[in-house]
Amino acid sequence: MLPQGGPVSGSAIPLRPPRESLDPRARLWWRVHGLVWPVLLAAGLTGLGLLFPSAAWFLPAAGVVVAVGLLVALLFPAYWYRIHRWELTDDAVYTRSGFVWQEWRAAPLSRIQTVDTTRGPLQQALGLATLVVTTASSKGAVRIAGLDHERAAEIAGALTRATQAVPGDAT
Amino acid sequence: MTTGPDDGWRRLDPRTVLAAAVLALGGCLAAGVPVLLGQRGRDTFPFTVGLVGTGVVLLVVAATIVEYVRLARTRFRVGPERVELHTGVLVRARQGLTRDRVRTVEVSADPVLRVLGLATVRIGTGQHASTTGRPLELRALRRPEAEALRHDLLERTRVGVLSGTPVGNAPEAPIPRDATLAVLDPGWIRFAPLSAVTPALGVAAFGSLLQGSDWLGLQQTVLDDTAALALALGAVISLVVGLVVVAVAGTVASLAVFVESWWGYRLTRESRTGALHVRRGLFTRRSTTLEEDRLRGVTVVESAVARLVGAARVDAVATGLSHGKRQRSDPRALLPVAPAAVVDRVVAEVLQEPAAPTTQVDLLAHPRTARTRRVRRASAVCLVPAVVTAALALAGADGLWFTAAVLAVLGLGAGVGLGRLAYRNLGHGVVGRYVVTRHGVPGRRTVALRRDGILTWTLTRTPFQRRAGLVTLWFTTAAGDGAYGVYDLGVEQAMALAAETLGEQFTPYLDDARTAAAPERSSVAQKGGSAVA
Repeated sequence: MLPQGGPVSGSAIPLRPPRESLDPRARLWWRVHGLVWPVLLAAGLTGLGLLFPSAAWFLPAAGVVVAVGLLVALLFPAYWYRIHRWELTDDAVYTRSGFVWQEWRAAPLSRIQTVDTTRGPLQQALGLATLVVTTASSKGAVRIAGLDHERAAEIAGALTRATQAVPGDAT
Repeated sequence: MTTGPDDGWRRLDPRTVLAAAVLALGGCLAAGVPVLLGQRGRDTFPFTVGLVGTGVVLLVVAATIVEYVRLARTRFRVGPERVELHTGVLVRARQGLTRDRVRTVEVSADPVLRVLGLATVRIGTGQHASTTGRPLELRALRRPEAEALRHDLLERTRVGVLSGTPVGNAPEAPIPRDATLAVLDPGWIRFAPLSAVTPALGVAAFGSLLQGSDWLGLQQTVLDDTAALALALGAVISLVVGLVVVAVAGTVASLAVFVESWWGYRLTRESRTGALHVRRGLFTRRSTTLEEDRLRGVTVVESAVARLVGAARVDAVATGLSHGKRQRSDPRALLPVAPAAVVDRVVAEVLQEPAAPTTQVDLLAHPRTARTRRVRRASAVCLVPAVVTAALALAGADGLWFTAAVLAVLGLGAGVGLGRLAYRNLGHGVVGRYVVTRHGVPGRRTVALRRDGILTWTLTRTPFQRRAGLVTLWFTTAAGDGAYGVYDLGVEQAMALAAETLGEQFTPYLDDARTAAAPERSSVAQKGGSAVA
């Protein structure tokens, strides 16, 4: 049914998937990102378990936390990678995101106000970036997280030029 | 002193300092007099009087000096291109905005400013409040100067920039009469107590009574008297009396609020610019101008009780209207709660349509699964008291099982009723230039949004919606709340609605098979649950 993006479970939404997938490194980014909190939590638990004999059961708990974190980090990013897609058409930015809470969005170029890229420390280490496309609405910018950072900068430049060519104040 | 010779820089009116002093004095008296009354008759009373008096004098002088410095350091300029404001006592701030971005100009005056013949001018741009922060505020100018500034700013936007006419050459035509769309009908006051906040106002009235008695040192007496009265009357009667007192106090308070907010209300359309103009307020006069091309639609708000008597309020959906939490009055309000016929007429005239889009069509119902969701959700909320009582009974409290059972029956009844009502209040449709969406319980809101004012579409689906075959379609806009949702549509319905509302802005994203078959406008599946497998 959805040849490129793979099936979305449940009753199907008759919208075509956006053409492009994210940078493959996004999966690694999600994995590391998803492991940061379980590892920190497990470290805390381990420390407490070693310090206080009465809290010895914290040690197996830390093991469980890490195991669950690992499981999620190993299994889910491949799924997310199939779900999260984006596309730059001639006149709009089209995205699909959300694994559990699903979302499809399209923002026409004529309505775009600013195009930025942001990069967190982990994204910088992996050479990734998030493209943020804002409109005049106060409700949420369109974000594409996990693009190759040079590609993102290119797209941002192209989008900015394209939106400047469209007259009006985008409201 | 009001105008400087250099480059059109102007200053605020010096009487603003006087207004600040009066306000500070008022605040001090409100705080100081109760203190003195409470200390009356004690040995230290003369000492307290001296202390409080010194404090009041110091505070008033300080406020006056701060205001004087603020005024001395504030100047503004309305140039051909930009409006600029330099201000700040400790932190210097330079605000500026491009004149053709000016969208709303609000002139308001609190009682002190009114007595002094002054008014505050707030200049808003089309930018959303969250992106640039506050509107540019000039507090305060002389009233004629403020009105002239308002007129000038909005006039120039229209005449000088939009149509390119040189302003100097514009013939000084006599000002044509503005079209009046609505004036206050004193009878509308009967709708004022039908608000959900009326009981809250009643409780607040009792609260202020306690506060006042505290200032007089009588709080304990009031509480004791109330308790004694309640004991004398017995539980049931005192409950009834209490409810009646709250209802009466709430009604009186809501009437007072209505009069203060809506006194002298008049909604006009300025004949030269087409801008809408709302004037209202008894003590604080508010005057809001809304440029025509900032309007994206209207919201018709029917509170639960007002709906029973066929009355509703009308709010504007427009860009650049500041609606900060700080603001006492909602600048979006176009019409107070009024009879349905007036609502329809005003909506039609505000939108310049032959008939109100909000009532023109029979809105389409949503799939049955949406009703199931609503009934379940409402029941879950209404059953909370029963569950809590049952938990207490389980924990060993005596005689609670019966109460729990009664609460469960009542909760279930209320839940099913509310859920069904919520479902009946769901609806959507497309009428000419507008897309209409309705939702809410126990009151309901009907939004008519200009289709060409829609920025982006968003389709969302939660795991629960997925099981029920439902989706929510959002239209984002630069105006009002930023996004308006059509909740719990069937999948096919959502596709049809988006295609009909947005046309070419949506259809390219339909499945390839669909785009080839060119989506039909009309065939809205009433049973969206049976979506394509």
